[in-house]
Amino acid sequence: MKKSKVFWGLCLLAIIFYAVVQVMISGGILDMYYQSILIQMCINIMLAVSLHIIIGITGQFSIGHAGFMAVGAYFSAIATMKLGLPFPVAILIGAIVAALAGLLVGIPSLRLKGDYLAIATLGFAEIIRIIFLNVDYVGGAAGMVITNLSNWTYAFMGVFVTILVIANFTNSRHGRGCISIREDEIAADAMGINTTYYKVVAFTIGSFFAGVAGAIYAHNFFIIQPTTFGFLKSFDILIYVVLGGLGSLSGSVIAAIFLTVVSAYLSGYPEERMIIYSLVLIIVMLYRPTGLLGTKEITSLFKFGKRGGSKV
Amino acid sequence: MLQVNNIDVFYGNIHALKDISLEVNEGEIVTLIGANGAGKSTLLKTISGLLKPKHGHILYLTQQIAGKPAQGIVKSGISHVPEGRRVFSNMSVEENLELGAYLRNDREQIKKDIQQVYELFPRLDERRKQLSGTLSGGEQQMLAMGRALMAKPKLLLLDEPSMGLAPLIVKQIFEIIQMVNQQGTTVLLVEQNANMALSVADRAYVIETGKIVLSGTAKELQESEEVKAAYLGGL
Repeated sequence: MKKSKVFWGLCLLAIIFYAVVQVMISGGILDMYYQSILIQMCINIMLAVSLHIIIGITGQFSIGHAGFMAVGAYFSAIATMKLGLPFPVAILIGAIVAALAGLLVGIPSLRLKGDYLAIATLGFAEIIRIIFLNVDYVGGAAGMVITNLSNWTYAFMGVFVTILVIANFTNSRHGRGCISIREDEIAADAMGINTTYYKVVAFTIGSFFAGVAGAIYAHNFFIIQPTTFGFLKSFDILIYVVLGGLGSLSGSVIAAIFLTVVSAYLSGYPEERMIIYSLVLIIVMLYRPTGLLGTKEITSLFKFGKRGGSKV
Repeated sequence: MLQVNNIDVFYGNIHALKDISLEVNEGEIVTLIGANGAGKSTLLKTISGLLKPKHGHILYLTQQIAGKPAQGIVKSGISHVPEGRRVFSNMSVEENLELGAYLRNDREQIKKDIQQVYELFPRLDERRKQLSGTLSGGEQQMLAMGRALMAKPKLLLLDEPSMGLAPLIVKQIFEIIQMVNQQGTTVLLVEQNANMALSVADRAYVIETGKIVLSGTAKELQESEEVKAAYLGGL
């Protein structure tokens, strides 16, 4: 099968890329600064891809993604700092609790459509933030101090698994069901697709990986504070997805990489940074209103499979 | 085959269908005609499970289906072609057809059925790989019908297949409806184009502001003075 050849090729490419970067890190070529940008990049890719399955594939406009990230961050931090569990277990705990939160929010709110759903998810993210702000067990407004456990290996594994799962989901029968909901919910219903079920499934998977990203984020910065997970963070994630092209996995990956690099290089100029950042967005929206890649995938540009295919 | 008994449907406070009853027998083409807002589409949506009736029963092959979820109703053999076609516009023609067979697992038979749809609509065959959003209105209507047929329905619900189409295309579509019917699919057809609908149907119902006001064989209604005056433009 040609398609599976492409798939294994891309997996191999990803592993080579991982090894090269790992060698560069152990050889001291990449210093702490570049390492932290790389990890940040991985976190942003995970967030973008996990939101992509909700907005880009299923067409449900959620702008509370930082809320699920916060759940993953805090619960994994509790697992390592308070309960003394190993980091991989903590990541899993953060992700599962975030997925449960997604399920809990998804079941009632996914009856809503468009703007209403957006407002409901935004409200949910704020509730999460306020809860963490007021619970002294996790440090309240002062935040929670966390040891640095994240490294390139964890971050890369996170991205790899996220993309693998979501790309395969998209190309499966279930993914088709989700895409048909994005295209036309009534027609999907009339075709016998259980729309509520697929909306909740997509939402839960998206929340799960946002939780993974949150867990790795929490163990990368020595401290987490509720303010980090405000609605500006949610919008940042939304921008990756929209800029990359709604419905394009590789697009959201590219946008996440691009914007991480842009904001890293502009971090020396905090005032100008927001202006340039906004300008980039305006220009892209003027000239590529469907985002960088539209609904296409980067692999289709090289005339591989017709659509989709896993890419890392 | 299908028996709708005294159903009432509401949109919030609005009483959209008032005590409606109708019957579709196996092998028939039954048409439901009426003006805008009479409740035609509402009735179809209720049968296919997109809306739930407040009172009343819908019996399909002796099975109560009122209030069942849409996917269960599709599975039991009722396929709905929604108003305004609603094709999945960012997917190709073929992918649309595949989605029509979403609840089926027999891959081989699905492939054969896709071929059969292409035979029925040669225009779609020419455009297999084209995104369905770029098709003309008539082609989209054909695709929507083909997609519904992919579910192998025993009963096909058609909601205004003539909407916004040129007279020549409408004629083609209606010929295909008759062909589908001859191949053994029962059809419940909702139309504003009363002339066309009555010419292909066996029996007909006239619906006005949520109530059935007239029913009979298509011939009877074609000759009825009331129908002529209200829907056939006094032909």
